[in-house]
Amino acid sequence: MYTQALDLPPSPVEGKPALKAVAAPLSGREQALQTAFDAKMDADAKIEPQDWMPEAYRKTLVRQISQHAHSEIIGMQPEGNWISRAPSLKRKAILLAKVQDEGGHGLYLYSAGETLGTSRDQMLDALHTGKAKYSSIFNYPTLTWADTGVIGWLVDGAAIMNQIPICRCSYGPYARAMIRICKEESFHQRQGFESLMQLMKGTAAQREMVQDAVNRWWWPSIAMFGPPDANSPNSEQSMRWGIKRISNDDLRQRFIDATVPQAKVLGVSLPDPDLKWNEERQAHDYGQIDWDDFWNVVNGNGPCNKERLATRVNAHENGAWVREAALAYAAKQKAHAMKVAA
Amino acid sequence: MNQELPLFEVFIRSKQGLEHKHCGSLHASDAQQALQMARDVYTRRMEGVSIWVIASNQITASQPEDKQEMFEPASDKIYRHPTFYEIPDEVGHM
Repeated sequence: MYTQALDLPPSPVEGKPALKAVAAPLSGREQALQTAFDAKMDADAKIEPQDWMPEAYRKTLVRQISQHAHSEIIGMQPEGNWISRAPSLKRKAILLAKVQDEGGHGLYLYSAGETLGTSRDQMLDALHTGKAKYSSIFNYPTLTWADTGVIGWLVDGAAIMNQIPICRCSYGPYARAMIRICKEESFHQRQGFESLMQLMKGTAAQREMVQDAVNRWWWPSIAMFGPPDANSPNSEQSMRWGIKRISNDDLRQRFIDATVPQAKVLGVSLPDPDLKWNEERQAHDYGQIDWDDFWNVVNGNGPCNKERLATRVNAHENGAWVREAALAYAAKQKAHAMKVAA
Repeated sequence: MNQELPLFEVFIRSKQGLEHKHCGSLHASDAQQALQMARDVYTRRMEGVSIWVIASNQITASQPEDKQEMFEPASDKIYRHPTFYEIPDEVGHM
């Protein structure tokens, strides 16, 4: 369950500034529909699939929901990597259940996306051809067992922070999918934290392994909330549309403030020398996030981008014969039933 | 062949005595497979005791633009509601 609440616009053509959508003049009827839509936004009302909505609202939602869905299914990979090497049957069963949840969350979200008039195949095709983005957190490798715990604690923790406000999204199907997802999410964070607690009670090498994993995941985790508000041009519109409720920086601050005491309980340090309590702000100050690295990973140059996408495309292609066989079987059953009825 | 599997809508009865409620959709080759997949996708934590699936293209829905003619007439028939009638207090609960 992970989105970086980052609504990435389509890449601009190289060398040319990104085309800005300029609204065509509206006809009288459209104007009336737009006015009714604006009134719904003002009243914080919900939009349902068959309701009229501005094209840009629809496009933004398709982009965000599909990016979110892609993040869920790509997010199965970093932890899936450890299922066969989980240290006990208990941890293996937990990890299997968590990874299955991620797959399920992807399916809820694809189904919400389809209510906007895009097809599952179109969304998957955009992922497989690299046109669509997913949360860049999954482009980092899971090097040790402790990484699975830290992903649960920090990455899922950040995702929960991001996702709870989306439960109140103005678009009904997205909000309903998010409610379902958030209900399941808490297990993900708690199992991760508990697994780390266990390791911290172990040997010096195990504690070191946890600290090393925290050191590697901390910065990517707080970058998950997306660019600072000042550099987040789409945010204002998304706020107006009730798609986004809380700004990137505010969510990041809440996450950091919630996580610092948890790190203390766990007995690990967070790798930021500037991280300290600010009495005046009643919040933690923190260091500069490396946004160049963030954009570098978003743009395809992270340690695992190619591997994640290739794994996904392989799974899809190797599953083609199963889908074909299932359809052929269904057609045969149908033909048989009709023959019996005739 | 690159054909998308048909879309099914999923309805779940969360517990005995309650109605089935729409919870989402999924793709499957036929209704039987849809039922199995609905179990995995929508009831991993005992969310249901019964599942219905139906091909999405079999659903006939009212249109938002018909809202007025479909539902408005009901609002001027307030005599259909119990609060329309004034009953003396001494009658008590009725």
